[in-house]
Amino acid sequence: MKPEKKSVPMRQQPVDERIHNFDEVPLGYSEDESLSEAFRCLQCVNKPCVNGCPVRVNIPDFIKALREKNFQKAVDIIRETDMLPCVTGRVCPQEEQCQAFCVLNRMGAEPISIGRLERFLGDWALAHKKKQEDIRVTDIKSNSKNQKVAVVGSGPAGLTCAAELIKKGYAVTVFEGFHKLGGVMVYGIPEFRLPKEIVADEISVLKDLGVQFITNVLIGRTLTIEDLFKKGFNAVFIGAGAGLPNFMGIPGEHLNGVYSANEFLTRVNLMKAYKFPEYHTPVKRGERVVVIGGGNVAMDSARTAKRLGANHVYLVYRRSEQEMPAREEEIVRAKEEGIEFYFLTNPVKYTGDENGFVKQAVCVKMQLGEPDASGRRSSHTVQGSEFTIDVDEVIVAIGNTPNPILRITTPGLKTKKRGEIEADENGKTSLSGVFAGGDIVTGAATVITAMGAGKRAAAAIDEYLRG
Amino acid sequence: MIAILDKYPLAPRVYCMILDAPLIAAKAQAGQFVIVRAAEKGERIPLTIADYDREKGTVTLVFQETGKTTRLLASLSQQGTLLDLLGPQGNPTEIERFGNTVVIGGGIGVAPVFPLARALREYGNTVTAIVGFRSREYVFWEEKMARVSNRLIMTTNDGSYGVQGFVTDALKVLLNSGETIDRVFAIGPALMMKAVAEATKEKNIKTIVSLNSLMVCGMGMCGACRVTVEGVTRFTCMDGPDFDAHQVDFDVLIKRLETYTCEECRE
Repeated sequence: MKPEKKSVPMRQQPVDERIHNFDEVPLGYSEDESLSEAFRCLQCVNKPCVNGCPVRVNIPDFIKALREKNFQKAVDIIRETDMLPCVTGRVCPQEEQCQAFCVLNRMGAEPISIGRLERFLGDWALAHKKKQEDIRVTDIKSNSKNQKVAVVGSGPAGLTCAAELIKKGYAVTVFEGFHKLGGVMVYGIPEFRLPKEIVADEISVLKDLGVQFITNVLIGRTLTIEDLFKKGFNAVFIGAGAGLPNFMGIPGEHLNGVYSANEFLTRVNLMKAYKFPEYHTPVKRGERVVVIGGGNVAMDSARTAKRLGANHVYLVYRRSEQEMPAREEEIVRAKEEGIEFYFLTNPVKYTGDENGFVKQAVCVKMQLGEPDASGRRSSHTVQGSEFTIDVDEVIVAIGNTPNPILRITTPGLKTKKRGEIEADENGKTSLSGVFAGGDIVTGAATVITAMGAGKRAAAAIDEYLRG
Repeated sequence: MIAILDKYPLAPRVYCMILDAPLIAAKAQAGQFVIVRAAEKGERIPLTIADYDREKGTVTLVFQETGKTTRLLASLSQQGTLLDLLGPQGNPTEIERFGNTVVIGGGIGVAPVFPLARALREYGNTVTAIVGFRSREYVFWEEKMARVSNRLIMTTNDGSYGVQGFVTDALKVLLNSGETIDRVFAIGPALMMKAVAEATKEKNIKTIVSLNSLMVCGMGMCGACRVTVEGVTRFTCMDGPDFDAHQVDFDVLIKRLETYTCEECRE
């Protein structure tokens, strides 16, 4: 029987409603929709989709279990490699990963919506979560040596490393500098893409498995890595994430109302400034907002500014649409929500009023040239193309460099030119017993690549501790 | 949750709070700060560490009721709890044997000046402390400051206690006295630190200030605390909070401190 060419569509919040709230936009599959989609799967023997997954989720097997309505088994299969299916089902760029490898692509059909199925199962698991004994984890090994591992950072890399290590029988403590767990999943990704309650629920699964979490401890300040070893930890995994936001270094970036995307999103997502004054952290609600950048963070910033009530949100990006690194579905949703795109445009300065609040963004047009070292086409200013946009808020979403705190306070920890911790493909650093993965090693990337790094590092730590 | 071991007023709307925070007490040094949260829906705010006791495992904060969170802190009961406390943040003040030093504390800035003066004395420096308050009723920690300085000059704006005038007036007297001053430290309102910087710049005396930028994360990932120092963007929580006073763009700092005045009024 030939499979349906089209993937089962997923219901979304209508545009005119969703720009006024922070609720999730994609509404998830129902059980029937999931089953319909699951039955499109050809159950390929050689599993090409698995090759596309950074943590190698056993996709055909979980889909098979789903088709049998054995949802718990499907969840268990996913959790063998991915302990955060509610997160990855929502935020992974599946169209570049598992779904890109689906054979249906070559048959003139849409690939299986693997992400949507994973999300359905992840959400099902949280809704049906009862007590610890229901969390079935295969092959828990007993840790006869009673070894302890410290994990720095409760973002995707740290959580995945912790999950893998607890399953291998080690005692694990995760240290987090913020007052809430989740890293970029709570401060960076907006509520309307990844509800924070879901992140907390996924993390509570890890707590049920025995992972210890300590918030308000910044490793590098409250305790150093050396302190961790003195306290009896046998190994350390650093998943501290990205840090200092990049600014362009152009005049006016210090003006009030000019934010780094990190600050803007942290205020809104982590500190819930969209509920000010009920929540005490304020954020500027600009009427005319300019967002600089072309990645997912820029899309998140623009869509958030819209929801805060902006009449105009302008996305300014120095290259063309084809070069934008953001997920296509985020770009589509941003356009639907009325974000206005200024491609081949770059700001050169901001001007402010007498109180120091930003009022104009002076920009120039760009043109594309030859590919640069990264393979993307470089962009050059078009002479005499200056123009001005009236603004009352600017959000600079052009990436960040790794947090320097660990580099400064850990003698012997080798770092690269921009501060990334030097680590091999398994996370081994220049210090014995210290491993690292995620954005702190690679620079800003994705939740799933961080998870993959956390997983590989856990295996390396296990090997290291076995001696 | 952090236990509040003691809490009492030092002056109108100024409170001292002693917290059970052994990890922070073990590491804290003069010049560092903590990030505090007082309620579930509360903001994160920076407060300088006014004192610490490594043996007892306590940290002392002194704060003034100026906004939502400090008012909330003021309302906490003496045996209450703080929700979140992160520290010690920021770089410790660089302390060496400089020689003859002057430390200047303006109002609430007097609190972090105390551990600074103490550390300078421990390193063999001569310390002249100039501390200024609005009027007599706002004076606090006079005895504490006297214990850690060789010479203590008290000033009040209205002359109701000590010398009449601003701290900078007393500083200028000292600067013009011909005494060799090796380093000056100033902590207090931005305008005060700016005035100190202008006074010492003429005399070419190295001056260190502790900037009171607004913060959100306090750990180097958001950039809320950015300041312009010698034309370059720096982060108060990562590169500071101490900076060379003659390189700081105080006008930018002062304007940035006003970013949320509108929102603050609304509540």
